[in-house]
Amino acid sequence: MLSVAIQTGFVMIGLAMLLNLWRLLKGPDILDRILALDTLNINAIALLVLFGIHAASTVYFEAALLLAAVGFVATTALSKFLLRGDIIE
Amino acid sequence: MNPVIEFVVAALILLGAAFALLGSIGLARLPDFFTRLHGPTKATTLGVGAMVLASAVYFTAMPDQISLHEIAVIMFLFITAPVSASLLAKAALHRNTVLPNRNEDNPDT
Repeated sequence: MLSVAIQTGFVMIGLAMLLNLWRLLKGPDILDRILALDTLNINAIALLVLFGIHAASTVYFEAALLLAAVGFVATTALSKFLLRGDIIE
Repeated sequence: MNPVIEFVVAALILLGAAFALLGSIGLARLPDFFTRLHGPTKATTLGVGAMVLASAVYFTAMPDQISLHEIAVIMFLFITAPVSASLLAKAALHRNTVLPNRNEDNPDT
């Protein structure tokens, strides 16, 4: 049962990442692309955690935490740059 | 492994994956930027929350192991997701993103 759920989860998150990639390519505004990148990053975190369950290894949480931190900083910096034309004033 | 714990982990994984997929469908299908912002920022965070909770339950159920550092990922995501969504919305307001006219018959509303 667990392996079926894990496979299904991989497929669903893969579909979600494909939809995010479509929005990233389509746009139309640059903010849509930033939002698509942010969502892609969060889905990648979910995929990493799911792969950690699949591999029965606790190594992947540190990677997930790092990805969360880097993604937040990237989104904040990009939207701050769009908002003010500068990141650190 | 205990079948009850296995069932709980499988249900949490399916819930999380379903919410992630729903958030991304919202991102791809909704009509303008603010509605697109609304979709993934709530659904995806709950999706990742359920997924990380599944992982915490799974690794705590393993022998001789209590795994609680997934809670750090949940806390970090729950704190940062509204902040980045608010910054994105502010940037969109600042850039004067044009909303498509949703009511063609009555343009004033």
